[in-house]
Amino acid sequence: MTTVWFCLLAFMIGVYVVLDGFDLGVGALHRILARDDAEREQAIGLIGPVWDGNEVWLIAAGGVLFLGFPRAYAASFSGFYFGLIIVLWLLVGRGLGIELRHQSDNPLWRIAWDTVFWLSSAALAFMFGVTLGNVVRGVPLGPDGYFRDPLFHLLNWYALLVGVFGLVVLVTHGATFLAARARAPLAERAGRLARRLWWVELLLVAGLAYPTYRVRDEMFTNFGDHPWRLVFPALALAGLAAQFGLLRAGRFGRAFFASSTFIVGMLATMAAGIYPNVLPARDGHPYGMTVHNAASSHHALTVGLRWWSLGIALAIGYFIVAYRYLFRGEPGPAE
Amino acid sequence: MSSHVTVDRWQFTLTVMFHYLFPILTMGLSLFIVWLESVAFFGRTRSRFPPFRKTDEERAAYHQVAHFWAKIFAVNFAVGVVTGIPLEFQFGTNWAGFSNFAGGVIGQTLAMEGVFAFFAESAFIGIFLWSPGGVGRRLHWLSAVMVWLGSWVSGFFIMATNAWMQHPVAYTLQGGRAQLDSFWGLLTNPWLGWQYAHNMSGAAITGAFLLAGGGAFYTLLGRHLQFARICLTVGVVGALIFTVLQIFPTGDRQARQLARYQPSSFAAAEALFHTEKGAPLVIIGNPDTTRRTLDSSIEMPHFLSFLTSRRWNATLKGLDAIPTNRWPNSVPLVYYAYHIMVGLGTILLVLALAGVAMLRRGRLFTARPMLWALLLAWPFTFIANLAGWTVAETGRQPWVVWGLLRTSAGASPDKSVPAGTGIFTLLGFLGLYVLIGLLYVMVQARIVANGPAELEPA
Repeated sequence: MTTVWFCLLAFMIGVYVVLDGFDLGVGALHRILARDDAEREQAIGLIGPVWDGNEVWLIAAGGVLFLGFPRAYAASFSGFYFGLIIVLWLLVGRGLGIELRHQSDNPLWRIAWDTVFWLSSAALAFMFGVTLGNVVRGVPLGPDGYFRDPLFHLLNWYALLVGVFGLVVLVTHGATFLAARARAPLAERAGRLARRLWWVELLLVAGLAYPTYRVRDEMFTNFGDHPWRLVFPALALAGLAAQFGLLRAGRFGRAFFASSTFIVGMLATMAAGIYPNVLPARDGHPYGMTVHNAASSHHALTVGLRWWSLGIALAIGYFIVAYRYLFRGEPGPAE
Repeated sequence: MSSHVTVDRWQFTLTVMFHYLFPILTMGLSLFIVWLESVAFFGRTRSRFPPFRKTDEERAAYHQVAHFWAKIFAVNFAVGVVTGIPLEFQFGTNWAGFSNFAGGVIGQTLAMEGVFAFFAESAFIGIFLWSPGGVGRRLHWLSAVMVWLGSWVSGFFIMATNAWMQHPVAYTLQGGRAQLDSFWGLLTNPWLGWQYAHNMSGAAITGAFLLAGGGAFYTLLGRHLQFARICLTVGVVGALIFTVLQIFPTGDRQARQLARYQPSSFAAAEALFHTEKGAPLVIIGNPDTTRRTLDSSIEMPHFLSFLTSRRWNATLKGLDAIPTNRWPNSVPLVYYAYHIMVGLGTILLVLALAGVAMLRRGRLFTARPMLWALLLAWPFTFIANLAGWTVAETGRQPWVVWGLLRTSAGASPDKSVPAGTGIFTLLGFLGLYVLIGLLYVMVQARIVANGPAELEPA
């Protein structure tokens, strides 16, 4: 049962990164790709109706962590205190940026909120990568189940590298989305950028392998012990390859799904690599939080699974309805 | 401010009170938007249900009213979301001890809020707000209902979480942590029903008075008169319904369960320092905690005993029967918050009664003093709502989970989040929230100044 909840947590994070990933990516490109107010309006109009819903997956993922593994929730959120509060402030700034730009036609007002939105989106994509990097690297958990990682410890070389990777992946994801859903010429610029960024993605995937082995060799030995788990990295690589072909062919809608597959594959690879840890301890610290020692009671997990399945089925239903409605027909924002 | 627990408490106080201003309006206003949209959608000239007996022109006017309030609602909803995210994070960042202790139980209700409420709200608000022109009327109405339901379901799960902190049930203690042993017991916590009803009725009061206040504003200005009349009518009738419900039965039952389950909180709210037979109901008075007296008070003899146990001479437990280390940290704070809430509730009831009486006599739309009173009333509904929560949260002290976990043990350990770090983020939140507050007022003032769209002549 604890393993089921671990998978659900990974699933929630995966859906979150795919969904909010594209609007974060659009945000991070906002002031680079969109050249005038009308294009920026178009880019924001495309994600305006969905960004809030996409962000709910983050809240819901937090809920799954809290429900399933309260010890890991308490330890990670208090230990990463500074980093998380910065993430919170960025989330607040981003929400304000999207919602406030429409409230006035004054060009200074608009460009100011566009800039807030652009910078906070880029910083968030980066910070999420940093957070994942730190989880893979492990944290200095003490016997009491707590730790502290001050800000500059969070920004270690490995986490920074994963942060850059996160930023590049989400920007590519967002550019692919714009190429598929925006109108020309914004869509054309986005398509060109996505094709170029693909090479950077490839470079970073290759470049991350050895550093990852250095910080956590289980990320590799786990796959040797359980070869079936190799489907996850295979999935990621298949997604990456398909993304290349589809971007070349100008099939951006499908390339978006390939990019999503790549993201899900990478996250699943990470999850399979750290399992059974939920929050691994850094080398030399024996107090890692695993699905066994951090989980809620069996009753809580069993009964939780019943209503949670119902709830998430409903949620997926709402999202299919909303997305089909908002992204139907020709490219361009819903009028 | 030297202790990290104090800093954590201030930060939570700031972020939760500032955040809650917005959900009050989200929950209150969405109810009335659904009502207005329902009249517009189901209204027929020959409807059997009198409120739905509307001409096509009136229905269009109701839709226009709903459309205007939806604009206010949209800004409010967005700020509610951005200020709400820090709250769920703070259970972990600042209250790791509490999360560790209680996560096995309240993880359920908080996760349920996510999947059952937030998804519905956020998926349908996109449809409701972003493209009203392109949606069929049926889908538009449905999305208004889903947004309302989502916000009220969200309130339910937050209340279920809080009810467990006020009155823990359905758990066993294992290795110093609470573990759920009955899911059904958690959702049928005897504390939950009345607290939820009381809280939601409080939010509806805010929605109603805001509607009435908006109507009064445009009437006094002499602009958008048809719009204003619908707002005033729906507003005062709604205000009367919910101010009555707020006092009886929900407020009455809530106070009685406080007396039963949290005698220290109840005694502090009533400034009942001494156990008394036939205790009086204090209308006003200044509590003095060191001398344990109530100065300059106006009291109604025996009323408190009667209200609490339906017997004039019942004995009520005072603070003297409770060890001082189990008193709330600040008895006067609990007392004043409680009396502000009850006092404002009573005044609002009188105002709503007068409003409905004048509406029936056809004098409401011209009575300028009454319109002024309605225009100025809505901010006080926010104060009453926040005061109510202050009673609930400060009255429960020194516990974060009543009888099980002290607040000081619920904070994140000093090792993870030292006081200095907490002070920095507290100041950061303070600055950010002042900015958000200013922007919010500015944006809403522009919407009000622009006024509702004029109806196309039929």
